Amino acid sequence: MIQLKVNGVIRNFDGDPEMPLLWYLRDVLGLTGTKFGCGIALCGACTVHKNGEALRSCITPMSSLAGSEIRTIEDVSANGLHPVQRMWMQFNVPQCGYCQSGQIMQAIALLSQKPKPTDQDIDDGMAANICRCGTYQRIRAAIKAAAEVNQ
Amino acid sequence: MSFITNVSRRRFMKGLLGAGALVLGVHYIPKVVWERQAHPGETDADRATLHPNAFVGINADGTVYIVAHRSEMGTIIRTSLPLVVADELDADWKRVKMDQAIGDPRYGDQNTDGSHSVRSFFDVMRQAGATARVMLIQAAAQKWDVPASECRTELHTVLHSATGRRLSYGELASAAAKLPIPSKQDVQLKTKNEWRYIGKGMTSYDLADLCTGKAVYGMDVLLDGMLYASIEHPPVLGGKVKSVDDSEALKVAGVHQTVAIDPFKPPPAFQPLGGIAVIADNTWAAFQGRKKLKIEWDNGPNASYDSEEYKKELYATALKAGKVVRNIGDTDAAFARPGQVFEAQYYVPLLAHASMEPLVATAEFKAGKVTAWAPTQNPQAVQAIVSQELGIPKEDVICHVTLLGGAFGRKSKPDYVAEAAVLSKKTGRPVKVVWSREDDIKFDYYNAVAAMYMKAALNAKGMPTAWLQRSVFPPITSIFDVKAVYGDPGYLQQGWTDMPYDIPNLRIENGPAPAHVRIGWLRSVANIYHAFAVQTFTDELAHRAGRDPVEYLLELIGPPRAIDFTNTDYPNYGADLKTYPWETGRLRRVLEMVAEKSDWGKRKLGKGAGVGIAAHRSFLTYVATVVEVEVNDQGEIKIPRVDTVVDAGLVVNPEVVRAQFEGAAVFGTSVARCGEITAKNGVIEQSNFDTYPVARIIEAPYQTNVYLVESDAPPAGVGEPGVPPFIPALCNAIFAATGKRVRELPLAKTNLASK
Repeated sequence: MIQLKVNGVIRNFDGDPEMPLLWYLRDVLGLTGTKFGCGIALCGACTVHKNGEALRSCITPMSSLAGSEIRTIEDVSANGLHPVQRMWMQFNVPQCGYCQSGQIMQAIALLSQKPKPTDQDIDDGMAANICRCGTYQRIRAAIKAAAEVNQ
Repeated sequence: MSFITNVSRRRFMKGLLGAGALVLGVHYIPKVVWERQAHPGETDADRATLHPNAFVGINADGTVYIVAHRSEMGTIIRTSLPLVVADELDADWKRVKMDQAIGDPRYGDQNTDGSHSVRSFFDVMRQAGATARVMLIQAAAQKWDVPASECRTELHTVLHSATGRRLSYGELASAAAKLPIPSKQDVQLKTKNEWRYIGKGMTSYDLADLCTGKAVYGMDVLLDGMLYASIEHPPVLGGKVKSVDDSEALKVAGVHQTVAIDPFKPPPAFQPLGGIAVIADNTWAAFQGRKKLKIEWDNGPNASYDSEEYKKELYATALKAGKVVRNIGDTDAAFARPGQVFEAQYYVPLLAHASMEPLVATAEFKAGKVTAWAPTQNPQAVQAIVSQELGIPKEDVICHVTLLGGAFGRKSKPDYVAEAAVLSKKTGRPVKVVWSREDDIKFDYYNAVAAMYMKAALNAKGMPTAWLQRSVFPPITSIFDVKAVYGDPGYLQQGWTDMPYDIPNLRIENGPAPAHVRIGWLRSVANIYHAFAVQTFTDELAHRAGRDPVEYLLELIGPPRAIDFTNTDYPNYGADLKTYPWETGRLRRVLEMVAEKSDWGKRKLGKGAGVGIAAHRSFLTYVATVVEVEVNDQGEIKIPRVDTVVDAGLVVNPEVVRAQFEGAAVFGTSVARCGEITAKNGVIEQSNFDTYPVARIIEAPYQTNVYLVESDAPPAGVGEPGVPPFIPALCNAIFAATGKRVRELPLAKTNLASK
């Protein structure tokens, strides 16, 4: 039995310990905001937070998560939109939107480490998240604006 | 709300299913689906008090329902077309609710491809909204006993100006519903200066959902009692299962069974590829079970396909006379005269779509009928293929359209939805088929690989007096006719038949090429390789002539005119040439404008930097693009700035259009830098984003500036036309920066290092 917290709720997992967190969230808990994109941590669509840090849920086995606090996109706006989400809307970032849960989770984690990110910080922080629609310049602008709001 | 809603909050946990089994949630059918069981496809618009046509409905509470019948894959079409209805209806957008249509011929064409949603449905949407507006005005006029001509609308209300009386749309809906539906000639459309939304635009109807994880894509559909499937497809196109041992797969916790899917009968069209499906309690178990399958394949005739050998064949074919698709003057005689001749060959490999959402579909076969939930560009094609595969009438296939996590043309080919339907019938349960990223890349309908041969006879000033261009690529029609080797007019038109230069002797040809993989359309399709060849060759000629590329291009395009396609099979993207002539003046204008906006020839560039230009018309839209590139000593490139000027005629939603062209520059970057699918022994060699990389934030253009030409011309395409000129503009910039000419894509194959 693996006990962890997901979005503040204590969960007990008794299935295949090798099952990646992604599929536990999506297929077992029904938290479908976290996306499947590549399955091998190359695209970032599956990004969630573990103890406040960005984590690729598609390669993280449940066995490694005992005692962890996991936060998904569903919880980010539980008490109103996060500044990053507000800026995502203001800059009309999403096209298809499929990668944006992961982008937003990554951006929030980046801003918690670098409250005033430079272009280089954004490149370093966001380079592992793919957007096939090509919304990168709006992502960059939205992150900078969110940093301003946070100040 | 009748879009599929996220049901996760209403789900709860159920106990263990058995030792070692996974904890499973009980899956609920979205509420709207329950409501629709009796009348599948009925929309809130249909149920509304006033519903003069399939696209609009108004309730007594004032809610306006508008049906989106095109698929939302990121172009924000689910907002832009309904916005046209709302404008003609003079509706308050805040009181508009969206209905996503199921596949149903009553809406007309629903295949959301070819960048033609606005072009094909602008008038239909205006008429739909205006008809309701006219009925509301008539209803008010009757109530007040005044002539309808004295009444007008103002944002969700009808008012009588002389007396200041007002009635809201909700108050009028019931009375209006009793009136006859006016004929087209009795419906006066708004004039341009009365437009409230068209040309100003609106953010995506789904924006908040897209930023909060609430948006429901095909991947997110959850049904009560649903099973998950992962399919091992034949590794070579046309292959068959010789034998299978699934004993180890069945031992994986959560795996229920395996199911064989029949191989397709050629031609492949949209049929399932065949193979062995592993059916399980969840996606992970299905993936794990699949790894344990032991399958022996009969790979069939395509097992000899080797893309390196094939490339040599394409280059060789491109040197031989082909089918003439357009001819002006006498190129043979012109080439026979003494003088300078320049020739070059260009090559673009197979390309995969790689949408962020891998292919996925859910279907339920019940009482002889299929209900499918799919991220599809073409729900009517889903009806057709499921009907064919299961032998049931098309009307008995209900296809709900979810949001699409990218598509780029792949999701107009519904083989994956047919798989879900077949598996549901065989298992007796609702089935969600999930393709892995590897499946998505290995079993695509690829954009054709192409070789182009270009030849020009040049006068003393370096201007062409004769021009021959020959393109060779396996045609898309090969998926419907395995013997097809020539491009059909619909694909040859894409930047090839319509080469716009004003040259007295011009011959345009197409050579034969057989297909060994499924070929399909990908964002801008044949324009990708055709624009690359024509616009790179042009730049080569300009540099050889010692001319400025912009001036040279303008001289080649020649005076403003409508290109004459007499005696040429040129479909003009299905549009009438009278309404949408090929106007060289508009191509000139975007070129001149992009030169001005990008400070062409005036910018101070650093070491290793260069700018390149290209211009191209596709999907009836004229685009010119300037790319600035920096190449360091190691040959690594950066793209600091892109300027692109777009004449797409009338634009409904400008901000959305700008985003499409920003995205097209990134898509073009992916194609140019690293886009390449190869095959060995018939097996695709790429599998995920490591072997088929796409542009990341660090590789994408840092800043793309998009300028829209103000135009009253009828609306044209915006989703695709940004891609074709970007790629040659980038490669021309690389030449300007390094002196190295890129004639083969991707760039990864050209050594750009200075040392």
